Amino acid sequence: MNDFWNWDHAAAVFPSLIKGLGVTVLATVIGMVIAAILGLLVAVVRRSGVRAVTWPVGFLVEFIRSTPLLVQLVFANLLFTQFPSLAVGCAVLGIHYATYMSEVYRAGIDAVPKGQWEAAVALDLPRGRTWRDVILPQAIRNTLPGLGNYAISMFKETPFLAFIYVVEMYAAAQAYGGGNFRYMEAITLAGLLFLLVSYPTSLLVRRMENRLA
Amino acid sequence: MPDTATKPAIQFQGVGKRFGDNVVLDGLDFSVAAGDRVPLIGPSGSGKTTILRLLMTLEEANDGLILVDGVPYTHEMRGGKRVAIPEKRRSLVRRRVGMVFQQFNLFPNMSVLENIIEAPIHVLGVPKAEAIAKAEDLLEKVGLADKRDARCTQLSGGQQQRVAIARALAMEPEILLLDEVTSALDPELVADVLGVLRNIAETTDITMLIVTHEMQFAREVSNRVLMFDGGKIIEEAHPEEIFTSPKHERTQEFLRAVL
Repeated sequence: MNDFWNWDHAAAVFPSLIKGLGVTVLATVIGMVIAAILGLLVAVVRRSGVRAVTWPVGFLVEFIRSTPLLVQLVFANLLFTQFPSLAVGCAVLGIHYATYMSEVYRAGIDAVPKGQWEAAVALDLPRGRTWRDVILPQAIRNTLPGLGNYAISMFKETPFLAFIYVVEMYAAAQAYGGGNFRYMEAITLAGLLFLLVSYPTSLLVRRMENRLA
Repeated sequence: MPDTATKPAIQFQGVGKRFGDNVVLDGLDFSVAAGDRVPLIGPSGSGKTTILRLLMTLEEANDGLILVDGVPYTHEMRGGKRVAIPEKRRSLVRRRVGMVFQQFNLFPNMSVLENIIEAPIHVLGVPKAEAIAKAEDLLEKVGLADKRDARCTQLSGGQQQRVAIARALAMEPEILLLDEVTSALDPELVADVLGVLRNIAETTDITMLIVTHEMQFAREVSNRVLMFDGGKIIEEAHPEEIFTSPKHERTQEFLRAVL
């Protein structure tokens, strides 16, 4: 048995990694749902042109984008001690990525031709109805690849949750390593499991991009 | 000449429109009687399309008033001041005005039928079954009954424009604005669209403002033509008169160039 790789350790750590992967995927899915919805709201609000809302929202977006995710996670966890860390983590991931998603939506909305807005005015469609039935269906179609890419990126950033004591896959690997003085198998397998999920997903996103192009 | 017994359907009173330093319309006065079909002709940049866009509230006039059926539409005089009319009141007038665009502007995320029923259902509150029946009638009328469930992107330009006409008619407009509706079409598709418009002109009493380069069509459907140049009406006459013996020098030049 060589010193570099030990199959016994690999087998021993595997179940806890799979459990951690469940938490990682859960955090990504919930975070992405929050990012997708909140990002859309931010994009629409920022386009409304009402200074009293666009200015504070714009400031908040810049603030969130200019500070590290890790700092935001730890800070929010200190602030909201009454909530479980996983819930705080999902919310922070979601809000952080919402600021990026809002830019993707903005580009998607801008890509809808001006003539679509004008046709809606000519039919006297109310503003809200125009957004719902005409603009967003066309804009969101363009944003699906962006949404996918940010989902992958968020998935890969979930190890930061370990800093607020959420036992996702990376924390599970660390725990095993710390308890057994043996990190190699745990960290390697964790990395492979990340790859196993994110690579097929990125292929899927690329296919989506090609189909939309 | 407009019938003086009826209230004019459209009235421009001293309407001015500038884009930056560029004066597009300058103190424009004219009116159109209900049921009239009035082609606006003239060189590009003479402000014809701007008139339609002002009537559709796609642009805001800088001065003057626009009245529909004698009622102020976008602005009104209150205590000697020109004030904007709130969106709610504009909307009530706007829904009686329809527009067909050069680039069709159909909603590509909807089927042909969905394009047509969207506004009747959500603006006029027509029940869905009724809106569908009406849309099917209109598709019949524009010769596209079999395209009911097609995606707009699968249609030719001429077909798309006929759907756009059906979509505008589904709102039962009293005023229809046609903005170079055949300019983006391949030559062989123009006839179908003009045929549909001729049919509408013959079978309805919708007031029409028509910006077009199709002089033959303008001549057939109208009884009064407005010639624009530099944001002003420089000549207005019966089509026979303006096309055979234009008085203004600029009209002569323009018609020589396009006929």
